[in-house]
Amino acid sequence: MTGFKLHFATIFVLSWRNLWRNHRRTYIMLGAISVGVWAMIFMTALMRGMVDDMLDEGIRNLPGHIQIQHPDFLDDPSVVNSIDEPDGELLVALNQAGAKRWATRIKLPAVIASERESRGINLVGVEPDAEADISGIPEQISAGRFIESNQDQGLVIGAKLAQRLETRLGKRVVVMSQDPDNNISERGFRIVGIYRAKMPGMEEFNVYAARDTLQQLLKIEGRVSQIIIVDENFRDIDILYQKIRQSIPASLEVMPWYEIDTYLAAMFNMMDGFVLVWVVIIFLALSFGLVNTLVMAIFERVREIGLIQALGMRPALIVYQILLESLLLLLIGLGIGNGLAILTVKPLESGLDISMVAEGMAMMGASSTLYPSLTLYDMLMANGVVIILGILTSILPAWRAAKMDPVQALNTT
Amino acid sequence: MKDVSLRMAWRNLWRHGRRTWLTVGAMIFSNTLLVFAISLQFGSYDMMIDNSLQAFSGHLQLQHPRYLDEPKMRYTVPDVADSTDNLRDKLGLNSISARAAGFALASSDERSYGIQIFGVDAKHEPLVSTLPGLIRQGRYLVPGASAEIVIGSVLARNLKVETGDELSFLGSGFDDSFAAAVVRVVGIFESGITDLDRSVAQVNLGYFQDIFAMQQRGHAIVIRAPHIDAVEQLQIQLATLIDDESSIALRHWDDLQPGLKQAIQADMTSAWFMYIVLIVLVAFSVLNTQLMSVLERTHEFGTMMALGLKPSQLARLVILETGMMTGLGLLLGITLGAVITWYISQVGFSYPGMAEMAVKFNLPERLYPAISFISLFLGPGIVAFASLLASIYPALRLNRLLPIEAMRAV
Repeated sequence: MTGFKLHFATIFVLSWRNLWRNHRRTYIMLGAISVGVWAMIFMTALMRGMVDDMLDEGIRNLPGHIQIQHPDFLDDPSVVNSIDEPDGELLVALNQAGAKRWATRIKLPAVIASERESRGINLVGVEPDAEADISGIPEQISAGRFIESNQDQGLVIGAKLAQRLETRLGKRVVVMSQDPDNNISERGFRIVGIYRAKMPGMEEFNVYAARDTLQQLLKIEGRVSQIIIVDENFRDIDILYQKIRQSIPASLEVMPWYEIDTYLAAMFNMMDGFVLVWVVIIFLALSFGLVNTLVMAIFERVREIGLIQALGMRPALIVYQILLESLLLLLIGLGIGNGLAILTVKPLESGLDISMVAEGMAMMGASSTLYPSLTLYDMLMANGVVIILGILTSILPAWRAAKMDPVQALNTT
Repeated sequence: MKDVSLRMAWRNLWRHGRRTWLTVGAMIFSNTLLVFAISLQFGSYDMMIDNSLQAFSGHLQLQHPRYLDEPKMRYTVPDVADSTDNLRDKLGLNSISARAAGFALASSDERSYGIQIFGVDAKHEPLVSTLPGLIRQGRYLVPGASAEIVIGSVLARNLKVETGDELSFLGSGFDDSFAAAVVRVVGIFESGITDLDRSVAQVNLGYFQDIFAMQQRGHAIVIRAPHIDAVEQLQIQLATLIDDESSIALRHWDDLQPGLKQAIQADMTSAWFMYIVLIVLVAFSVLNTQLMSVLERTHEFGTMMALGLKPSQLARLVILETGMMTGLGLLLGITLGAVITWYISQVGFSYPGMAEMAVKFNLPERLYPAISFISLFLGPGIVAFASLLASIYPALRLNRLLPIEAMRAV
């Protein structure tokens, strides 16, 4: 054991000193590794931030992490495909499932008309208390107020829709929709609030009213379109989903967000793949330089390696020594690269304004402010890939060095 | 002399064959990747633009100046059909079509939905938009026929109608009168663009003008250029034909679909960040190799200077060596990149999640890279330039070399 310690101390000192014998080369290589690692982590943080934002926005628009509805509702979002407000066993099951929040809502296509214009909209009847957790609209009110109770008589519309309809806060508009008997029911509403969404498209589309008010309008007392369930985190909802699925009647359909919006699910799943591909590509570009540095370092030291072998150093120790040299180089580079990445990402975490391409981002489903997100997982991934692949690529040059015949090596000039 | 330095540079490169190959390898790797990535980018942007614009909005539109920001019924183009005929004659281009647009509540026996209803010229519409060709059921509008409508597939599903069924719509006309009619569904189109399939319906322009009390007015003259590259030219030509800028504005597809251009810009920016990182890493590799090769030849360079060579000649030698290495990397990288890209442009490229992305950006399920002169040479060209730049520092160090001291170095 002490023998090993002694050996390790020796080869550590040898590796460390060797690293700085040709300090220019070491600096250049450190520069390359630092830039590479910085780019891996920086880019990943930007992408991660963008995808997180897309997922957040997307899930708020669905809305919810899990939805319960009539099996035909998603295909035919009509008032005909509504369900009873939960009671009895379902109510107990929902309350016991352990979700952060659940609420019912009405959602159906409607037409809104001001004195000047009319537009097709998505009319949403909400239980306002839960809405902050579900769609986040109450926090996005720019004028007036949000719906305040289940019986509220007011209407909340988006700023863009108000502009399209040439109407404003306090004005009356007419909302028309279809009741279950195919009759058009219509009534006037006063606009009590205007909201501004991160995604302008939504502003034009979603109009909020109180749930019970819409039930009366559509003559569907006691019925709702959907039950929306949100948990603390959209990433780990599988257990909750299974629990709910087992406890509700088969006549209802339960769907998690990743089944409702497959684009969001694809983005979510692609992100980890993207990180890995990006990190590996950068590593490959680095690996040429790394191998080059090692090959050169060994080439310069052929005589020396022959000599220490002749003096009795075992080939295995030569391999260790070279691998350690490579590892030290990688670790210093990683240290600088990680440091740079943290220093550049942290100041940007308060938000990077990319409103120049806002409508393009909206097309992708992201908002016009980018919040880079530095996650431990991504950093470990980048560092892990660099160290593991770095050591693997160093094995060949190291092994070749150890295989040299001492006599021949000593005779080279 | 020229010949000698060329030969010297070439031989110097192969004194350390492995090192040279590793450096060239880094170039080949980056160049191949760049050729592929840039070709793929160009290919998908072209497709994104084509698919999005050809579906409906066209390349250019003439509208009332306020219509773009506030698409309201009252911002009209006067005498739209005649003006369009006129334009077709003057430009000698057939793919120009007039449209009017309005909002209506469409009702079938079972359902009602708010829809975007367009009055189109059934004869010329197929030349500016791909929708008429995407009829899945029934047929497209017949020129001049009234009380016919074609609708999107999602809308048809939501309204629970098929071809042959009747549909009534209700909206408000140009003079704020009621605009109501009963029409027969003659065709159902499916574009794959959800927004269009969900909310768009088309009737004949003349019929639309009657129902919505528009008289001879319309809302847009849609122009499709023969090719995307011809748009700018056409735009200049059209600008000269507009005599009254207060009543008519010419809109480029950037204005009509700002999201498209910006999505491309955002994607370009992130892609170029990645490319630049790759290029910088190659430059480091070259810097490393060339600095080493200069430093290890201190003795040799000293001797050459003692024999009468000037530092600038030695510097040229170093840059020539880099140039040869770069040339090799360029040639092999582009060749390899072109071969791989060409192969993929035949079979298409796809990755998990691609199908869901594709729908969002109006792309097909497989991407086909577009090889062009630019996509082949742009990336590798920058790599070559950066490599030569990186060899300047090692080359400049030669100026500091003193022959006597240099010759003493081992």
